[in-house]
Amino acid sequence: MKRFVILGAGTAGTMMANKMDKYLDKSEWEIVVLDRNNTHYYQPGFLFIPFGMYKAKDVVKKKSAYLPKRVNFIVADIGKIDADRNTIIYGDGKELVYDILIVATGTVPSPSETPGYLGDRWYKNIFDFYTFEGAVALSEHFESFKGGKLVVTITELPYKCPIAPLEFVFLADAFFTKKGIRDKVELFFTTPMSGAFTKPIATKMLGALLEEKRINVVTDFYVEGVDEAKNVIRSYDGREVEFDTLVVVPVNLGDELIASSGLGDDMNYVVVDKETLQSTIKPNVFAIGDAANLPTSKAGSVAHFASEVLFENLKAYIAGQPLAHKFDGHANCFIETGFGKATLIDFDYTHEPYPGEYPVAGIGPMTLLGVTRINHWGKLAFKPIYWEFLLKDRKMPVSNRFSMTGKRV
Amino acid sequence: MAQKEYAGVMVEVNNEGYFENSNQWNKEVAAAIAKENNLELTDKHYQVMDFLRERVAKGEALTIRSIGKSGIVDIKGFYELFPGAPLKLATKLAGLKKPLSCV
Ligand SMILES: Cc1cc2nc3c(=O)[nH]c(=O)nc-3n(C[C@H](O)[C@H](O)[C@H](O)COP(=O)(O)OP(=O)(O)OC[C@H]3O[C@@H](n4cnc5c(N)ncnc54)[C@H](O)[C@@H]3O)c2cc1C
Repeated sequence: MKRFVILGAGTAGTMMANKMDKYLDKSEWEIVVLDRNNTHYYQPGFLFIPFGMYKAKDVVKKKSAYLPKRVNFIVADIGKIDADRNTIIYGDGKELVYDILIVATGTVPSPSETPGYLGDRWYKNIFDFYTFEGAVALSEHFESFKGGKLVVTITELPYKCPIAPLEFVFLADAFFTKKGIRDKVELFFTTPMSGAFTKPIATKMLGALLEEKRINVVTDFYVEGVDEAKNVIRSYDGREVEFDTLVVVPVNLGDELIASSGLGDDMNYVVVDKETLQSTIKPNVFAIGDAANLPTSKAGSVAHFASEVLFENLKAYIAGQPLAHKFDGHANCFIETGFGKATLIDFDYTHEPYPGEYPVAGIGPMTLLGVTRINHWGKLAFKPIYWEFLLKDRKMPVSNRFSMTGKRV
Repeated sequence: MAQKEYAGVMVEVNNEGYFENSNQWNKEVAAAIAKENNLELTDKHYQVMDFLRERVAKGEALTIRSIGKSGIVDIKGFYELFPGAPLKLATKLAGLKKPLSCV
């Protein structure tokens, strides 16, 4: 019996387990999935929790419910990959030998990397919304929030879902407007980038939206730490931004186990070929989702598009053929802009987001780089699609490859 | 695309002054761009630039954090070497494309 092992049963690991289940012969292959817990969070939903739009039940399910029956699901902390011996070491030193390994352990917000984040103020007036606990704590904080300086800070690049912090300030603007206290809230957005986003056309469009919504943007701001006595964040070049409430996107890092396996880079992301997703160090190891060091967004949509390519390449690898399928870095993100509207961007390794229609040229129904109600419905529709189609690997009506049709340059 | 002459070399640059082709770079070119930015280059500057060029050649993303971990300078020191927005300035001086570390 050969063994196919997947580390991590989040978005990417679950999708891959469902794909491999349909393909791998039961009499030849055992599929093992390991994760440190059995709680699957719909992470994009964390954005809506602080503003009372989603409740806990919308975002929490059991991981095991989304894995195929034949999968041997082991709940355990994976301590180490010994890639030289094709072995996973987990729990109290238990070992598991694999023939093929997919690493899908994602990326984790690591607030402890920045002095002052995890001090006395944590979850009092300093929050994150990248974790379930953070999002819930913030929703409680906002219930009694009467106004003041609300600062949203990106600490380090890369971090998952690059536009989530922007969506957060847009939704905050709408939320406080509806509460009738927008005039009492000063909104700030600090970023180590020199604009709202990395790609020029989208940065211009999003920058204009920020201005229209009276959100103060502080660029090239690289947080050194929080001065808790003064309630300010300070950058390495000595600038200070004062806050009453601080919402941080902490440094994101791949899991520790990647560091100890010798398969990763200095942010603990698995070093893979950006087209085939195969480890450049060990050919029987692959990585997908946020855990891989791909130069595209760390997002569920990317994991989804990449999963199709990885699946084809795994079939080829098993058959001893060359890995002919190439991932193009396709990413596709809805961006909530508040007041029941959203915009949408679609890009890949080489093309930046352009205006146009998606997925059908000239028709849409979504509008790229436009702010529409239908885009917002698209974002909300993503939750049932995620649980019912994406994770279970049911067919979806979008192509995994980036396409220029429907785009205006 | 524009052309600029640095230390006798014609270099292809984009509208923000970043190199289109990192092979057109050498130490003298870097010194000439540094001068334009009122900087005097030291060995440390060159060590940082070499590090950045190696990372890019390997297809790896650039972050300020990775420079802080490089063993060459810490982040504060990086700001002192390349004041203002150090990653942008350092990549420009190293003849690299503008860093898109987060996409
Ligand atoms: C606030 C927010 C908003 C977002 N919005 C969007 C959006 O609108 N669109 C979009 O496409 N994406 C969005 N994302 C990003 C998306 O959720 C992630 O990119 C996606 O979940 C990545 O999937 P993954 O499988 O790589 O990692 P995850 O889903 O994070 O799964 C990783 C799994 O590995 C397990 N694991 C890690 N280390 C170990 C270990 N040592 N031992 C055992 N188990 C381990 C974890 O428990 C986890 O279950 C958002 C994310 C956040 C936080």
